[in-house]
Amino acid sequence: MKVAGYGSLGLTNLMKNKRSLGQSILAAPHIFWAVLFIILPLFIVVYYAFTDSNGQFSFSNIASLTDYAPIFGLSLELAIIATAICLAIGYPLAYCIAKAKPKHQKIFIMLLMLPMWTNLLIRTYSIMAILDDGGFLNSLLNTSFHIVGTKGAVIFGMVYDFLPYMVLPIYTCISKIDRSMWEAAADLGCGPIGTVVKVIFPLSMSGIISGVTMVLVPSISTFYISQKLGGGTFELIGDTIERQFVTGALNVGAAISLVMMVLILISITIMNRFSDAEEGGIIV
Amino acid sequence: MAKLIELKGISKSYDGEKVIDSMDLYIRDKEFITLLGPSGCGKTTTLRIIGGFETADEGQVFFDGVEISDVPAYKRQVNTVFQKYALFPHLNVYENIAFPLRLKKLDEEEIRTRVTDMLKMVALVGFENKSVSTLSGGQQQRVAIARALVSHPRVLLLDEPLGALDLKLRKDMQNELKSIQQKIGITFVYVTHDQEEALSMSDTVVVIADGEIQQIGTPTDIYNEPKNAFVADFIGESNIIDGVMLEDKKVKIASHVFDCVDGGYDKNEPVDVVIRPEDVDVVKPEDGMLQGQVTAVTFKGVHYEIIVDIKGFKWMIQSTDYVAPDAIIGIYIEPEGIHIMKKSKYSGMFGDYSSFSDEIDQLSDADAAEEF
Repeated sequence: MKVAGYGSLGLTNLMKNKRSLGQSILAAPHIFWAVLFIILPLFIVVYYAFTDSNGQFSFSNIASLTDYAPIFGLSLELAIIATAICLAIGYPLAYCIAKAKPKHQKIFIMLLMLPMWTNLLIRTYSIMAILDDGGFLNSLLNTSFHIVGTKGAVIFGMVYDFLPYMVLPIYTCISKIDRSMWEAAADLGCGPIGTVVKVIFPLSMSGIISGVTMVLVPSISTFYISQKLGGGTFELIGDTIERQFVTGALNVGAAISLVMMVLILISITIMNRFSDAEEGGIIV
Repeated sequence: MAKLIELKGISKSYDGEKVIDSMDLYIRDKEFITLLGPSGCGKTTTLRIIGGFETADEGQVFFDGVEISDVPAYKRQVNTVFQKYALFPHLNVYENIAFPLRLKKLDEEEIRTRVTDMLKMVALVGFENKSVSTLSGGQQQRVAIARALVSHPRVLLLDEPLGALDLKLRKDMQNELKSIQQKIGITFVYVTHDQEEALSMSDTVVVIADGEIQQIGTPTDIYNEPKNAFVADFIGESNIIDGVMLEDKKVKIASHVFDCVDGGYDKNEPVDVVIRPEDVDVVKPEDGMLQGQVTAVTFKGVHYEIIVDIKGFKWMIQSTDYVAPDAIIGIYIEPEGIHIMKKSKYSGMFGDYSSFSDEIDQLSDADAAEEF
């Protein structure tokens, strides 16, 4: 018995080694890619953030960031509002799609994805053309609404651009919930609304957290939406970073980027705490 | 015992295929009734119609004399133990069981007492704060039973609840379920494809095939007095042989006239004759009512399973005495061992052991287990 046990153990180990060798060969291109385009640039960002324009080590970039606190505050405010609206629209939408007949589901998802086939920048430009003071909407209605240049327009742009990122993970999550969950809830005396609130909503929490992350992060750091739909009156943190790099202030730009990254990392970690441990957190 | 649930003329089709065909069934208060049948016979659909998860295309469902055909599941006084348990993964054991009580907005003290009582009943005290995903299959099953019983339903529906458990655990749970049912004294409607499970637990067995009820009766009735070839074959092992009823208590099988105990058939009416393998005695060829050649012998522990070719029809005999393959033997059958059935659409389809093998039996069992 013992011998057989050891024998099989040895065999499993051998197989494991073999598999891990094959796996590392397969993973090599990805690791190379990750090092070249993710890890290395990160180090460059860190390097620039902690040096001055002469290449000397310095905290001055980080120290100067306090000047940008109001901009960061505004970015956060708009991003949170946009994310909240995305969730308020996205959850019911995702729920309805997940509960639709399978062949209808495909059509709905297709419709949702369709705008994403157009470049984000082009879509934002189009919204600008529609909402502008002398734009399509105003000429159609013969009105003179001033929309572009308001907070509302920027938020609208964010919601429009990022809504699919909210809907898709929630939809995936809800459609994976077994039919028996709905039935068990009903069986135990839960009405249709109660079932959604008490069972389906908690069970789709991992989808909600993925969706919130996938909308919040690009909303905070966006620059083109605020540039185009903000009509030049808004500067968000993304615009600030862009301006630093465009004007050659690489060190300050890198410092802001680094701080942003750290903040986003912290918030994702916190959000993952709320997510179901079994789901393995979020992949961003 | 009064009728608690009554199904009248229930029909249900999926994609044009009839799963249940105008079924009439009543379920008495406080009984343990089992819907038994092979995979796809409509037994689970019947249960789901009682539970309110499916609506019948035709027919009515009555509960305690009141029609509930259109009452949604959450308003019915029946609870279900689902095949895959369907515990809520976001709640711990305690909260899963407390779920239906919280919906009723009972006070915390009452909830605690009732949940604790349930945990005691299913022997899971101390598991309150465990996550349901860390429990074994058997433990999850107990939580599911506790959750379904905590709000004191009048009827508990069980949809192949033991299907996912291993054999030993299944036997234990069978006993436990039966004793729970007797202790709390409510109606259990149990769905299974396992005839042994049905016979050992039920007060009443309903044998279903092809969307129709084949027979309703006590386990003893179903086993000893099967109504047709399907029931005889599905419940236990049986030799089902063509016979001719010469007169009351006289039946001719394979050109030998046997005494039997059944009557009430027309003169010379063709019938199906059921003879259980354990009712056949092996005797010397010259003493036998019929003679045949042994084609296969399998040791089964308690007995030998002997396949005998008698005039081209293969019989199964269970005997504690060994018989050599290829030997010529005689068989002897007591009149009580012979059961006569009217011809039905299932005649000739079952009860011949010429293509019999354990493997085929197991394969069809596995098919049945996959049914949802």
